Amino acid sequence: MPLDQQIDQDEKDFRIVGQRPLRPDGIDKVTGRARFGADMNAPGMLVGRVLRSPHAHARIRSIDTSKAMALAGVKAVVTRDDFGPVDESLLDVMVNCMAQDKALYDGHAVAAVAATSASVARKALRLIEVDYEVLPHVTDVDEAMALDAPALYENAADESVPAGMSKNVVRRYEFGHGDVETGFAAAEVVFEQSFKTEATHQGYIEPHACLATLGPDGQGDLWVCTQGHFAVRNVCAALLGMDVSHLRVTSSEIGGGFGGKTTVFIEPVALALSRKANRPVKMTMSREEVFRASGPTSSTSMDVKIGMNSDGRITAAHAELRYQGGAFVGSPVEFGAMSAFAAYDLEHVKTVGWDVVTNRPKQAAYRAPGAPMAAFAVESVIDELCKHFDLDPMEVRLKNAASDGSTAAYGPAFGKIGLIATLEAAKNHPHYSAPLGPNQGRGVACGFWFNFGGQTCVSLNIQEDGTVALSVGTPDIGGSRASMGQMAAEELGIPYEKVRTIVADTASLGYNDISEGSRVTFSSGMATIQAARDAIEKLCGRAAQMWGIDEDAVIWEDGCAKPAGENAGKFEPMSLAEIAAVAANTGGPIAGHTEINADGAGQSFATHLVDSEVDPETGRVQILRYTVFQDAGKAIHPSYVEGQFQGGAVQGIGWALNEEYIYGEDGRLQNAGFLDYRIPVASDLPMIDAVIVEVPNPGHPYGVRGVGETSIVPPLAAIANSVSAAAGVRLTHLPMSPPRIRKAIKAGS
Amino acid sequence: MSQIHVSTTINGDATEYLCEADETLLDVLRDRLGMTGTKEGCGTGDCGACSVTVNGRLVCSCLVLGAEAEGQEVATIEGVADGETLHPLQKKFLEHAALQCGVCTPGFLVAAKSLLERNSDPSEEEVRYWLAGNLCRCTGYDKIIRAVLDTAQEMRSA
Amino acid sequence: MRYEAPRTLDQAVELLSAESGLARVLAGGTDLLVQLRSERIEPDLIVDIKRIDGMSAITAERGGFRVGAAVSGAALGEHEGVTALWPGVVEAANLIGSTQIQGRATMVGNLCNASPAADAVPALIAAGAQVAIAGPNGRREIAVESMVLSPGKNALEKGEIVESLYLPARPERSGDAYLRFIPRTEMDIAVVSAGVSLTLDEGGRITAARVGLGAVAPRPLLVEAAANAIVGTNLDEAALDALAAAASAACDPIDDKRGTIEYRIDVAGVLAKRAAKIAQTRAGGSR
Repeated sequence: MPLDQQIDQDEKDFRIVGQRPLRPDGIDKVTGRARFGADMNAPGMLVGRVLRSPHAHARIRSIDTSKAMALAGVKAVVTRDDFGPVDESLLDVMVNCMAQDKALYDGHAVAAVAATSASVARKALRLIEVDYEVLPHVTDVDEAMALDAPALYENAADESVPAGMSKNVVRRYEFGHGDVETGFAAAEVVFEQSFKTEATHQGYIEPHACLATLGPDGQGDLWVCTQGHFAVRNVCAALLGMDVSHLRVTSSEIGGGFGGKTTVFIEPVALALSRKANRPVKMTMSREEVFRASGPTSSTSMDVKIGMNSDGRITAAHAELRYQGGAFVGSPVEFGAMSAFAAYDLEHVKTVGWDVVTNRPKQAAYRAPGAPMAAFAVESVIDELCKHFDLDPMEVRLKNAASDGSTAAYGPAFGKIGLIATLEAAKNHPHYSAPLGPNQGRGVACGFWFNFGGQTCVSLNIQEDGTVALSVGTPDIGGSRASMGQMAAEELGIPYEKVRTIVADTASLGYNDISEGSRVTFSSGMATIQAARDAIEKLCGRAAQMWGIDEDAVIWEDGCAKPAGENAGKFEPMSLAEIAAVAANTGGPIAGHTEINADGAGQSFATHLVDSEVDPETGRVQILRYTVFQDAGKAIHPSYVEGQFQGGAVQGIGWALNEEYIYGEDGRLQNAGFLDYRIPVASDLPMIDAVIVEVPNPGHPYGVRGVGETSIVPPLAAIANSVSAAAGVRLTHLPMSPPRIRKAIKAGS
Repeated sequence: MSQIHVSTTINGDATEYLCEADETLLDVLRDRLGMTGTKEGCGTGDCGACSVTVNGRLVCSCLVLGAEAEGQEVATIEGVADGETLHPLQKKFLEHAALQCGVCTPGFLVAAKSLLERNSDPSEEEVRYWLAGNLCRCTGYDKIIRAVLDTAQEMRSA
Repeated sequence: MRYEAPRTLDQAVELLSAESGLARVLAGGTDLLVQLRSERIEPDLIVDIKRIDGMSAITAERGGFRVGAAVSGAALGEHEGVTALWPGVVEAANLIGSTQIQGRATMVGNLCNASPAADAVPALIAAGAQVAIAGPNGRREIAVESMVLSPGKNALEKGEIVESLYLPARPERSGDAYLRFIPRTEMDIAVVSAGVSLTLDEGGRITAARVGLGAVAPRPLLVEAAANAIVGTNLDEAALDALAAAASAACDPIDDKRGTIEYRIDVAGVLAKRAAKIAQTRAGGSR
């Protein structure tokens, strides 16, 4: 059986895929046995703590650590002097982990200590003397773009940025096709609106944590909660000047990431402390540190202009997007500009993105990075045009929807996609026609995400008792070990319970890209299927050997090798377990392996439908009903697909209504805790209905599309459309907190 | 600094430990007793990941001093299952896929168990408000609420 | 830092009086432990009062109730007598934090923490609660509205400790209510809050009222003008508007991460009206 053989997804009669078996890590997680980042200890372990800048922007004249080092129980102190030089490509990561000439944001790491206890470490931090020259700062994206804004860098812009702009504008991106001016000239109405969104945090419940051991022999071990332990290994090895193979990284159970655990913060610091102290060092961030000094997403300022005719057809669309990504180049504005109009099949479209630096923490990916904000602005303007022409918002979206073969606004032509299927499902759902009461409104919005594939390795070992050990290299961030086990069992024809899936460490597999880009079920799933097919080929070979017939004359069916063709029926079929039991006599252990760079991740689309009610006297919003319609390609484990839909929608609800980074005039973060960074709580919400649409992805053997990220793209827009309808006034600034809504209502009346 | 000697009961077992005056019960459980099932998500009582009960009362162990446990009955996630037998809530959380990353799960289970011991037939709203102090960022709470309601129903009919 | 858990009130007072450094009382700990962790305060002594006899008790007294300083929100909410007599006070106390916080947090701690936004305090002010204080110079009682001086500063002298709160008896046809505004449904600190207590005559006319406001000034307020606006009325629209106007006029709020000046002033009036209507209903009146 060729490894790349595809299944006709419409006809495949799945046995295990599409079922909802229990996850292999489940019992550990409901009994408290599962070990997360902070749950590992080592003999002789020290506690590491970080000293952070209280200033948003300051030159560091000097750092005196002598008093801290002299404190009993302090075993190591590190500062900028312990890092670098490094390759240009890793410079930003290093500077973010440990400030060099300047502290660039409130919370920027300036020094770190390793001590025998947390209380000694805390005392030691207070003994470190840092001489700061406080500099003017800027945290707002629009203010940072002003010509007289304090500049973080002298020369961070590349050639994409036109001359004469603020030094904080560091990149420009442009996408589109056609000629928007022609398109606008042909429109009956052109509507233009400006929008702002505040920065939000992924809000994973588990703070960053790691346990580092690096001895004088140069051999290192790192236990860490991360979405990508291979990437952590490579970055840490480079920052510490180690050979990659000398650092083994094990990914712990991970307590949420959503993109925020795709990079390093404390890990290189812990390794540096461990090397200096010659003892294991455990570091955990406090919640305050997580907010101040991990990687929230961008705040944005956006202008969107769309032309439409009374039949609902969009004639042209233009977006100007400005995203600040903190103190370093690399806000997700490029993805924002690529995705802004991706849901629509447009003749004339143009998006321009501006990447801006400010005195805020370096942004990290947050679930479909860059896309939710752009979708908020675009879908709000479409909603205004629907209102203007009194057109049904679902019909207008159907009329303009991207479909198979449409040229995406960011360049390529779409393959088989499911946007229209999600719109049709939403239109026909009872939710869409349910009655609304006073002060209530309904919002619709569509969303898109690219989905990625990437480097992936899997090892599938057939054990002598007929069970299967499946090693994957992508940390399990939402139940993926269950779906990998399902795909392996499906392919091998054995019960799901016979497969045990683990996430292997960096020494046990080739390089795996990070668990990001909605790639895990797609890529590791594809690699698992291929590894299973590799193993099946070997199993058939062993049977052929025992039967004394040609390998080609053996087929794999229902979990058994069977003689086929002219040998059919001549020998009793041999099960996987029977072949495995005698493997020692037929050539030794049997395993399947895959090392691929997975391609063909199908694009993903969703339509969200939401009802809300606004209290006009207080501006408070209650989400009344929420339904997600998203294309999953093929849902391997529908419960975890629904979970992604629901989780993304609720993160979007938080972003739309109450979550925001609030900086004071002093450039310090005002709400670095779950008390005032207000993520949704259980009592804020209704049930979130999840409708799985399946338009199989031709690029995956079972038709899988990633589902993790698209679910957060439509909510900001859908909720803004719903709240704007309920309040009777267009809300253009997220979050739509009660004071903002109340102010808009007062201004509107 | 002299340490405080504490005699207490944890999950029914008599337990003794030494702790600093400013050490929380959460620190004691995790760092001194190796009971890492109780998680720290915030350290300020805002997330519920460290939920335990003290004398049957649901609390955040990050807001209790280790010294306060003297003579009290503490119950943690490690005591929710009866040996090999999972508590009905644990089973239902698995069946309903009411966890994704699982780091909030111990806190939710301890809190939900405390609810069902007081109210065997809670409404959806009562479950949502009782669990409002337990943050979950993965699931949107939907499957958690369903799992708790389903458990309550099953336990009533058992 | 030392931790002490005395068995008697006198011992507690003695410990607090004798401490030359910073001393703090530990009841529920839900504010204190947060302050410890953030290193905002570093006390030399913590005195846990939960082992003192009577501190965790609720006792009937002169037609009202005495609530011990260590009574948790959860225990208060489970007390049928207090809940029946002062439902607004109980709902205010029960709004402090989550179920977990309720397992520990006390009304007295909420009061002594002296936050302008403390949930229990406006309701206690509306109720006319008295604070019983023990100290090196004996015992004293003060009105609850005198307790909070400014953010973080209370009226206790060195060595003093709050022993209990007294919720008075009340005439027939009385009711109280507390409302706070928060962006979420739980877990937030009040952006604005209002407690109203009132008594009706047989005709449904308001004969007495007290209005407390929170989070709109450096300390929780007793707003007599707001009470005066409804006394003598049946809480008709004009009276409600006058109440709202008086409540808003009493506000002296700040702009912060939780709300704006304008918003707080507006919503204080809205909440005072809504709370008054609930209190009226509870008193058996109708509009």
